[in-house]
Amino acid sequence: MSDFIKLRNIVKVYGSGQNSFLALKGIDLDINAGEFVALMGPSGSGKSTMANILGCLDKATKGSYLFNGVDVFALNRNETALLRRNYIGFIFQGFNLLARTTALENVELPLLYRGMPKKERRKKAREALDMVGLLEWEKHTSAQLSGGQQQRVAIARAIASNPLFLLADEPTGNLDTKRSIEIMEILSNLNKDLGITILMVTHEPDMAKYATREVHFRDGEVNKVEAVIK
Amino acid sequence: MIFNAIFLALRQISRNYLRAFLTMLGVIIGVGAVIIMINLGNGTQAMIKEAIESLGSNLLMIHAPPHLNPSGTSKSRNFTMQEVENIAERTAGVKAVAPVSMSTAVAKYTNKNVQTSITGVTDGYFTAVDWDVSMGRKFENREYVAGVNSCVIGESVKKNLLGEAEPLGARLKVGSIVCDVVGVLVSKGQGGRGNDQDDVILMPLKAFQRSIKPSDSIYNIQMIMISLEEETDYKIASEQISTILRHLRNIPEKAPNTFEIQSTKEIQQTVEKSIGSMTIFIGAVAGVSLLVGGIGIMNIMLVSVTERTREIGTRLAIGALEKEVLLQFLVESATISAVGGFIGIIFGFLMTLLLSSKLNIPFTFDMQIAVTSFLFSGFIGIIFGYLPARKASRLNPIDALHHE
Ligand SMILES: Nc1ncnc2c1ncn2[C@@H]1O[C@H](COP(=O)(O)OP(=O)(O)O)[C@@H](O)[C@H]1O
Ligand SMILES: [Mg+2]
Repeated sequence: MSDFIKLRNIVKVYGSGQNSFLALKGIDLDINAGEFVALMGPSGSGKSTMANILGCLDKATKGSYLFNGVDVFALNRNETALLRRNYIGFIFQGFNLLARTTALENVELPLLYRGMPKKERRKKAREALDMVGLLEWEKHTSAQLSGGQQQRVAIARAIASNPLFLLADEPTGNLDTKRSIEIMEILSNLNKDLGITILMVTHEPDMAKYATREVHFRDGEVNKVEAVIK
Repeated sequence: MIFNAIFLALRQISRNYLRAFLTMLGVIIGVGAVIIMINLGNGTQAMIKEAIESLGSNLLMIHAPPHLNPSGTSKSRNFTMQEVENIAERTAGVKAVAPVSMSTAVAKYTNKNVQTSITGVTDGYFTAVDWDVSMGRKFENREYVAGVNSCVIGESVKKNLLGEAEPLGARLKVGSIVCDVVGVLVSKGQGGRGNDQDDVILMPLKAFQRSIKPSDSIYNIQMIMISLEEETDYKIASEQISTILRHLRNIPEKAPNTFEIQSTKEIQQTVEKSIGSMTIFIGAVAGVSLLVGGIGIMNIMLVSVTERTREIGTRLAIGALEKEVLLQFLVESATISAVGGFIGIIFGFLMTLLLSSKLNIPFTFDMQIAVTSFLFSGFIGIIFGYLPARKASRLNPIDALHHE
């Protein structure tokens, strides 16, 4: 169980030469299956950098990353893409839904890339939309949805393919408190009911309270780790 | 995977018809312009060629235009029968010699009258300009010798003046004389300058000189047409003719000619040369249109690159493989280019049809040009649709997502 995610000495350098910037200074971090980790810290402390590496959207400069026993940094581009496709869901602060595309089609997309037949795909996508309470909005395009609704569509998209690991980079960053709480409740339920391991980046302590553990970053280093007391 | 790519590509096109259309516009303009330019150019060339060929293949025309030497001692002068005979006897490789004079006159039949052109001819004329009668006969020798008031009429004169009446034996009043129609010429249709070649009445040269354009001068022949044998060099022949005429007219060594010799061969060669440069010019214009179309495609593609790069980032982040994204974009740009090219061909075809009828140019349609420009524009469309996508799909997904 404790071997789900194992990060060792993760270093990330942006740029090169004079302009290079050390964003992560050798991070060691383990995440157990079923955990809900809140990654906290001031702006610029390297939270997003860490989340992108964990989500296989970016590569570290140095270090090792074991995901479910797989050495992620040893994979080629195609294998990394397959890892993302099959095991990881990502939720962005900016939602990143496709423009002029309905909620249902957005949620269906990862299933389509998995080669799922249309009927099954529809059913799964509807289930995911239902889980975030947006079934009656399936025909609406992003432009016709509020920010909170768009983020819920993005969550539905991320969980439609039953990922093992869900990453959320400031999912409530663009939302008001009421919508933020809705989102947090959905994430918390996904963690509790479906057992999805979640890493959520946030700088709001109120949101971090929904997690099971808080990891605090400062200047590219782990500052402190504490269990959340409910 | 290919099925998904086609599905996603078509769906993505349908999401943004405006963008698709603007991209297509480049292809449509490129392909359309090339087709219109080349085909109208080809039509014009064919028309010019036809006009020259209708002049006769190896014909010399000797005339004395008044502009030749307006001042000075030697005035340009028409020709005498003696000069014609000398030329006919002493020039090598001649098929036929035809002294002619021309005028216009009003021709009357019953209560109708038309203005038409009257040409006085000898028997060499029919050979020289390769013309025959479709009804009746040409003039007989006695008619030439005596200058009988007979006439051979063109198809248009027959139609306009005689209508359904029997032409042979009809008596026309031409100018101040009455002449009997003995033959009708084969229809030649429009000439090179859009003139009606059938609107003509021929009569024996002597009759013409006596009654249509009377003159006291012996210089009463307006033009000498000389058809040369096919293998005769027109340069040598006109050199000989020039020598003969200068001698007969006693023109001093350094003085200019009082006549002018034109060769249809020479005109043909000149025109063919200018047609050659016209082809190059049209080709260049067509090339520029293709380029402009290409730049149009390029622009619209580059404008949407940021949006598309983010889209690619999103697709990669949620599990698309690089090759799946590429295939989608390839299908997308190929579809847009092909549809645009197809519309361009139809547009070019219709415009060529319209313009050639408006400009009186024969309609031609070169399929090879259509296909070539289609392929070229399609190629540009695919390149500029595909290359940015390839670049984007090779980025880290996060860099594509954050593209600015
Ligand atoms: N693509 C990049 N190129 C250069 N520097 C970057 C890039 N992304 C992030 N950084 C820098 O790395 C540091 C950490 O950024 P980030 O991980 O986004 O922090 P956080 O999410 O905690 O605010 C910041 O100082 C930021 O300026
Ligand atoms: Mg951040």
